Amino acid sequence: MTNQITSTAPQGTSPADAGDRITTLLAHADDNMVLAQRLGELISNTAELEIDIALGNKALDHLGVARALYTHAGSTEGEGRTEDDLAMFRTERDYTNLLLVEQPNGDFAHTMVLQLFFDAYQMELWKDLSGSPDLTLGGIAAKALKEATYHLRFSSGWVIRLGDGTEESHHRVQDGVDALWRYTSEMFEGAAEKYRSAWTTSIEAAFVDANLEIPSDPYQRTGGRGGFHTEHLGFLLAEMQWMQRSYPGLQW
Amino acid sequence: MSPEEQFQAIVDAEDKIEPSDWMPEGYRQTLIRQIAQHAHSEVIGMQPESNWITRAPTLYRKAILIAKVQDEAGHGLYLYSAAETLGVGRDEMQELLHQGKHKYSSIFNYPTLSWADMGTIGWLVDGAAITNQVMLTRCSYGPYARAMVRICKEESFHQRQGYELLIRLCQGSASQKAMAQDSINRWWWPALMMFGPHDGDSTHTEQSMKWKIKRVTNDDLRQQFVDMTVRQADYLGLEVPDPDLRWNEERGHYDFGDIDWEEFWRVVKGNGPMNRERVAHKVKAWDDGAWVREAAMAHAAKEEARSAA
Ligand SMILES: [Fe+2]
Ligand SMILES: [Fe+2]
Repeated sequence: MTNQITSTAPQGTSPADAGDRITTLLAHADDNMVLAQRLGELISNTAELEIDIALGNKALDHLGVARALYTHAGSTEGEGRTEDDLAMFRTERDYTNLLLVEQPNGDFAHTMVLQLFFDAYQMELWKDLSGSPDLTLGGIAAKALKEATYHLRFSSGWVIRLGDGTEESHHRVQDGVDALWRYTSEMFEGAAEKYRSAWTTSIEAAFVDANLEIPSDPYQRTGGRGGFHTEHLGFLLAEMQWMQRSYPGLQW
Repeated sequence: MSPEEQFQAIVDAEDKIEPSDWMPEGYRQTLIRQIAQHAHSEVIGMQPESNWITRAPTLYRKAILIAKVQDEAGHGLYLYSAAETLGVGRDEMQELLHQGKHKYSSIFNYPTLSWADMGTIGWLVDGAAITNQVMLTRCSYGPYARAMVRICKEESFHQRQGYELLIRLCQGSASQKAMAQDSINRWWWPALMMFGPHDGDSTHTEQSMKWKIKRVTNDDLRQQFVDMTVRQADYLGLEVPDPDLRWNEERGHYDFGDIDWEEFWRVVKGNGPMNRERVAHKVKAWDDGAWVREAAMAHAAKEEARSAA
């Protein structure tokens, strides 16, 4: 059962049609929103205060990108929807984030593998979008590219450290790769196919240093861009949206 | 002059004692205890607030809250570094915290039960911390005083964002205002407890004042805090949960009721609402991270061996 739903969302480029542009903006906003929410779960729970701080920074960066993209999507749409309307009042069927980012954090090795896969993807995405004819999007992408460079250094650094470290850490990080590899192809659907080769080069380089193997199982799960999620997203949104849903229409 | 006299002369002249200076053993031990306790408070204090990161009502509030919790982690780091200048390691201090041999501020043994608590913690808890810490920027021990200068700047941002959050609630709907009132009802007395026992019952005050580690007594700091905060509560339109609270024209201060000292000591001794959970959370994060720290060290050792080869 692979590829149950094929995404129709345009990606990577800036389509002429406003509807498509909003779809694209929301997909990227949702990626960053959901990942920020996951990272927000980790603060005060990691192995060292320095890691808490670094993951807090990463959460803030992704949250900042999500807010900028939601705001831009809202103004492109022109119906007065704010960043909070778009984040808090869309359901799990409306969210079009990648399945990868909604996966639970798991242990630290799992978390770092997830970040590595996503950071390497965002490097290519932001490089591309920083040249977008949509100048607002181009500006968001250029700033995000600087952040992604730092994120990738952090996640690849940890994946290598854990892969090379001890027998236990090596097992844990390989387990993370085995569990998450199935969510990687989705990043390259449609127009995003052009990011695949640079991404693969970057991941392979990290895997050589980390002594990790790409799983032989070809199974890939997709559907996020079409709102066909794993069961984890509903709980993440339930928690995130609870205040707004319980007390609608108020200022906070 | 004996080393003791020389030390006291530096302190009396309002100069700073630096790590390489001679200092009485009691001074060193008092500072280690106090700075470590302060560092632990910053770190344990991350928990009640990180409890609301995933549920913040808006993305703007979520960003502020993450930044605040992260600042507290940073404060923990500066303070552990300040304590390390006195010859004690961070791991050693953390170990003592995990074993229950080191304390942290009792305020963090209360649960955060509503979004309004994020405002009240900033306003009252960071507010009480600032009252205490402004005094500590003039502490005789240089590294501690300098850490406090930096920390105080961030704490005043924390205090403001908390107060501003509450203004929003108090100008909002009846349900928001009720949420704010319930929050001050729960946090007011624990916040007053943050200044510690009455001066007469405080074992360390006199010596600490002589060493200029402490400059103002617990009761005086508490009075300062009450005077400042009651006006802020009035502005919010919130009721302070103390029937004995009234302005005393003669003293030029607010009179206020006495703290429930039984509760104070019960929480200090480990039997507050959240003591066990707070320490267990910290120990779990530390224990779960053991393999990560081991892996980082193993990798660093291998790297070194490879570059030597
Ligand atoms: Fe702090
Ligand atoms: Fe603070």
